Amino acid sequence: MGEKKQLPAIEGWFTTGANPHLLGTRCKQCGTYFFPKQELFCRNPDCQSSEFDEVELSRTGKVWSYTEHFYQPPEPYISPDPFEPYTIAAVELEKEKMVILGQVADGIAHSQLRAGTDVELVVERIYEDDEAEYTVWKWKPVAA
Amino acid sequence: MAKEVAILGAGMHQWGKWGKNFVEYGIKACNDALADAGVEWKDIQVIAGAETVRNGYPGYVAGATFAEALGWSGSRVSTSYAACASGAQALNNARAMILADMADVILVVGADTTPKGFLAPSAGERWHDPDWLRFRLMGCTNPTYFALYARRRMDVYGATEEDFAAVKVKNARHGLANPYARYHKEFSMEQVLESPMVADPLRLFEICATSDGAAAVVISSLEYARKRKIDPIKIAAVSTVTPIYPQTTIEMPNFSTDSAAVVPEPVRGFKDSIAHEAYREAGLGPEDMSLAEVYDLSSALELDWYENIGLCGRGEAEKLLRSGDTTIGGRIPVNTSGGLACFGEAVPAQALAQVCELVWQLRGQAGSRQVEGAKAGITANQGLFGHGSSVICTK
Repeated sequence: MGEKKQLPAIEGWFTTGANPHLLGTRCKQCGTYFFPKQELFCRNPDCQSSEFDEVELSRTGKVWSYTEHFYQPPEPYISPDPFEPYTIAAVELEKEKMVILGQVADGIAHSQLRAGTDVELVVERIYEDDEAEYTVWKWKPVAA
Repeated sequence: MAKEVAILGAGMHQWGKWGKNFVEYGIKACNDALADAGVEWKDIQVIAGAETVRNGYPGYVAGATFAEALGWSGSRVSTSYAACASGAQALNNARAMILADMADVILVVGADTTPKGFLAPSAGERWHDPDWLRFRLMGCTNPTYFALYARRRMDVYGATEEDFAAVKVKNARHGLANPYARYHKEFSMEQVLESPMVADPLRLFEICATSDGAAAVVISSLEYARKRKIDPIKIAAVSTVTPIYPQTTIEMPNFSTDSAAVVPEPVRGFKDSIAHEAYREAGLGPEDMSLAEVYDLSSALELDWYENIGLCGRGEAEKLLRSGDTTIGGRIPVNTSGGLACFGEAVPAQALAQVCELVWQLRGQAGSRQVEGAKAGITANQGLFGHGSSVICTK
């Protein structure tokens, strides 16, 4: 299992390595941040810009809220067999002033979280096939 | 103000899990609404359908599907899709035609047949559809969002699991005698709190099911009602506003909120703004309401709505619930129909079902769930992709 190569489940949404970041965009004119990337038109209604810079978003934030799931969701979620409960957190990024969802790092139960808990971004497996393990961003308590 | 239209008739098919063609349910609701209104189908000038996306092409063109089933009559037709607000959007389009003097009397209908279990996104590989991607990349279902809001209330406002369960117990009791509800079963706190945890902190009995069902109303100009010597229930407002940028609450099916780094948060969040616009249009306020039908996709979500529609201040919903004010017999009963807790969700019919309940309550026809002396009521709902609605009806 550890032999398999790791591939991002989706291209261009996050970096990998020791200190991964989510990849968003920032409007060149008004400076607003977007995740997932906004590249065609600025969604600020007072801005007409269509030019963006790709930016790495803050890789730490505070939990806004969280939930743990005990039932297997429908496709296209690819669930381990047997199903394993997983936790999802909504995390506030202070600089970008936005909330971003993500699963919580493997092995962290909802009881380890509170609104306000400091978390950082990690990249972990979300599913695998015969060829590779596929990864996404997840949130992990800094203290864990 | 003064832009009122009349509701002449309301009709529904019972909610359930029958697995039949959605047209069958819709026609039953249409015929009941027409009979209630005393209007012949052939006198209907426009049929406004709410679309179902789960029943193939006939669902996409629901207005025409019902027109054909009732018998082509040469009426005009429209079909609306606005997620959970579809029925209200169909109603609003119909209302606009009446207020624009394009029609006098219109039939509005929504019906659905739903699959079992979690609502899932459209099939296929859809790497640019956030509704598909949230499932693939995070396992993020609709109850995920309901659970995030519920947990937020617990951590910030001190809501308890007992509060959430109490909403279910209340609504189950309200819906006991509603013939159109799917579930007619009383629940104890213990039964709710012992039901399996689905999306912590929400349990199985606190997350609404998906249901089959249908609802319809016949609306007309006030003059049309007057000519027929009917003293109708009136629609004083239909709000179908979109959010204001930046939308800073995490909403289905999004991965993130908008950023408030450059443009500050609006004065009102989206759900607040839905009801606010309805009150503004009606020239009424929360204090004028006798009852409310709100979208309890989860038990906890009903508490958010208390605040969003102005029944109490931010963080005070638990107090309002515990006081009994939102129970029938209290100051401002909420979800007298039994709400989604007793119905489950039949997406294109649900916003119209809320309006049907207001009609029966305001006419004094709600039987054992009647709110005494009801003069005005408000509905509120919200769904995917910036859709929401609020309808205010008055006597």
